[in-house]
Amino acid sequence: MAEEIIRSDQSGEVTMRIWRGDEDGGEFAEYVMPAQEGEVVLDVIHRVQATEAPDLACRWNCKAGKCGSCSAEINGRPSLLCMTRMDTLPVGETVTVAPMRAFPVIRDLVTDVSYNYEVAKRIPPLSAREKTEDEVEAGGYRMAQIDVERSQEFRKCIECFLCQDVCHVVRDHEENKTAYAGPRFFIRSAELEMHPLDTNDRRQLLQEEQGLGKCNITKCCTEVCPEHIKITDNAIIPLKERVVDAKYDPVAWLGRKIKKRTKRTAEEAAAEAPSSGPAAVMPPGGVHGIPQPPADGTGIPVFASAPAAPTDLSSERPSDDAQA
Amino acid sequence: MSDYQNHEFDVIIIGAGGAGLRAAVEAQAMGLRTAVVCKSLLGKAHTVMAEGGMAAAMGNVYAEDNWKVHFRDTMRGGKLLNNYRMAELHAQEAPDRVRELEAWGALFDRTEDGLILQRDFGGHRYARLAHVGDRTGLELIRTMQQKAVADGMEVFMELKVLRLLHDADGTVSGLVGYWRPTGEFVVLKAKAVVLATGGVGKSWMYTSNSWESTGDGHAMALWAGADLIDMECIQFHPTGMVWPLSVRGILVTEGVRGDGGVLRNSDGKRFMFDYVPEMFRAETADSEDEADKWYDDHTAGRRPPELLPRDEVARSINSEVKAGRGSPHGGVFLDIATRRTAEDIRRRLPSMYHQFKELAGVDITAEAMEVGPTCHYIMGGVRVDADTTAATVPGLFAAGEVAGGMHGANRLGGNSLSDLLVFGRRAGIGAAEFAQGRTGDISLDEGQIQAAIDAAVAPFERESGENPYDIQQDLQETMQSLVGIIRNGSELEEALGKLEELEDRASNVSLKGGTKYNPGWNLATDLPSMLTVSRCTAMGALNRKESRGGQTRDDFPTADPEMGKVNFVERITDPSNAPVGVGGTPSVRSITSLPEPVPVMPDDLRALLEEAN
Repeated sequence: MAEEIIRSDQSGEVTMRIWRGDEDGGEFAEYVMPAQEGEVVLDVIHRVQATEAPDLACRWNCKAGKCGSCSAEINGRPSLLCMTRMDTLPVGETVTVAPMRAFPVIRDLVTDVSYNYEVAKRIPPLSAREKTEDEVEAGGYRMAQIDVERSQEFRKCIECFLCQDVCHVVRDHEENKTAYAGPRFFIRSAELEMHPLDTNDRRQLLQEEQGLGKCNITKCCTEVCPEHIKITDNAIIPLKERVVDAKYDPVAWLGRKIKKRTKRTAEEAAAEAPSSGPAAVMPPGGVHGIPQPPADGTGIPVFASAPAAPTDLSSERPSDDAQA
Repeated sequence: MSDYQNHEFDVIIIGAGGAGLRAAVEAQAMGLRTAVVCKSLLGKAHTVMAEGGMAAAMGNVYAEDNWKVHFRDTMRGGKLLNNYRMAELHAQEAPDRVRELEAWGALFDRTEDGLILQRDFGGHRYARLAHVGDRTGLELIRTMQQKAVADGMEVFMELKVLRLLHDADGTVSGLVGYWRPTGEFVVLKAKAVVLATGGVGKSWMYTSNSWESTGDGHAMALWAGADLIDMECIQFHPTGMVWPLSVRGILVTEGVRGDGGVLRNSDGKRFMFDYVPEMFRAETADSEDEADKWYDDHTAGRRPPELLPRDEVARSINSEVKAGRGSPHGGVFLDIATRRTAEDIRRRLPSMYHQFKELAGVDITAEAMEVGPTCHYIMGGVRVDADTTAATVPGLFAAGEVAGGMHGANRLGGNSLSDLLVFGRRAGIGAAEFAQGRTGDISLDEGQIQAAIDAAVAPFERESGENPYDIQQDLQETMQSLVGIIRNGSELEEALGKLEELEDRASNVSLKGGTKYNPGWNLATDLPSMLTVSRCTAMGALNRKESRGGQTRDDFPTADPEMGKVNFVERITDPSNAPVGVGGTPSVRSITSLPEPVPVMPDDLRALLEEAN
């Protein structure tokens, strides 16, 4: 039985002002579209593509806020195009859509986000502890729900990179990208540091290579996170505390002296960072100002070191998880 | 002569979803030079959309569970059209794949004693789905992505593959495609190629699938001379959003029903009790009382009818709407608000809460959701050898949704994510071993490469012609209205005619704006695959004169035991001499669809199907 195709009722018009251009420059173009009930900004962009501008570049995939592809700036605010309903924007006013400002433009609303993929490579991955005898018998690790929940919050991240876009450390300072991992990768480190199975210690790397100290907790990242991850409160601040504790807290220091060492040192951890090959191969000319992987193939962080605070963190001085 | 870049690897995997990444990790671990190619950015593949969980008989919640029960459930859910060997391997290996994922960093929800928690889903006898709230696919893809990055995998992002390339003896030897950001062409040479390209849903109007699901792998395999099977078996997930119209089709996880949600019609009646088929009557509750006891203790009652396999539930919803007992926007009501506390709902189904709140303005802890069937998954795909995932042309392998056979006529929820891992790993091994055994230089045919490139850029050379978006829309309307959830012979014939018209129109698209990140051009280069797979589906659907799983014919409303013994096989017998269709690919008119016997199950496995409890 042929299925009936349902069509939207149209009511009035919406005016879209969409940035068109590439790395050589561009300008806003205006498109007037019929308004339809319940639409999100991405729907209107799709209708512009289907009618007036088939070459209007825009990334998207799931259209349900789960893949983090359609990041852009709507009326100046970093947002997902697929989760911003037209009826939440001021009625009757032009809607302005621009590409994310912190990343180089490829074309129109599409930016070169390879900075993020380069940073991702330099985070030492999970190094899971051995299973206990009981776990070998049970067939899997045992972890309490309450212990996995801390890292689960960070694993909700859909990698839309809106937090990276809004973060003023890189938004207005391209030069900082070489020495700054950004909110998305602070929560990645936090996730690993709080992971019940992990045996690596990334604190020295966070401090010395990934610019954790540059974040001055303005919480802009938390505000734009479409997954409502408490990036600043639950990840960055605890990481900062851990890094500081590792250096200055005498109780933690004593704890490290007497407690059985469970975490590996930063250097050992760094040795586990990806060892070869770019994680994301981009076409020639498609990468602008992105820190490149080390030519020697070590894959060990090549962020220009942030001004090094005096530190006595070393492989001789085992770290611990006493403050965890 | 057009310019292009060259790269060479041992194994190339097309697709960076769960299956592709799992294959890549395995091939690379075996010491092969491996690369992954994907149409989007790494980490955005459709796997990310999977919600409810991955099925594996680990027995963490019900110790009675084991691979034999999982095998039985999978075969019954697939209406016995499955490749039994794939279903067997899948049931046996899924638990190890889940545990391996955990060792790589995935953080599943836990049982009281700290093991991986498992949730109930339709068609599974026991609570069997390892999950993370309702975002299990994200957990899977992120874990695999991070593993691939940790292993130093080469990933070619935003690269659209146009065509597979083969050497003089027909062995698949690479691919030609273009970088979406720049429009530059690229040739990747390889000793073996794995297809992990996912599904085909974008050819339907209401779908849970993203723009990427255009059946590229299905079509490229067919063009390379490989067989496809069961292409008529399309799963319409029973619960997609229906309102607002712009989000129609977006998935509402089966986890809502697994966790206690029920379906009601406009009279407030739990109508699924009226639609229990004979095959499942013995194991399905016949009263609300009995069904409700089951959620807490599976021995206290039989399973609720809301948890019948997806094909049954989707057809039932369709019938209620047709009978005039639907919701205001043409769906039915999915109610969890009256069944679980608001806190429970937000904890167990956070993405659903968020999705309805933000997209539909509905608070699912207080109101019912409006849901209806949405095109979700294709059971059919590349015909493969179960153990190695080898396709029927040498050098080509396939895993995940693009492969056919594993799920028969209907896939059980939760069996997809485990399928990705089980057969992704096997594809990695299969392709790596093939590559290791392949000797001699690979020579590519420059003519094949230039023909693909010339055809791809042809729309820019036409002064006038059609907008590819218009063709896509007409294709989607055709497939939705004529090759949808309920089909009949005359409409399928009509669809076949329309697909030929659409092929002719698609050969005349015209574009402006250059090849650099041009979505209109990207769509134009997706149209050949969309038309090809749509044709296969319509042909298989016309030939399978019965109703079984993801194929429902109102002119043949029951299952025919004789039809249950065959798969319909789509192929192009001599692709290089076939008439040319869109973009230089073989015309849809050159595809044949013929019945061939389903592999016969050994007696010991057959006996498992009959064990009722």
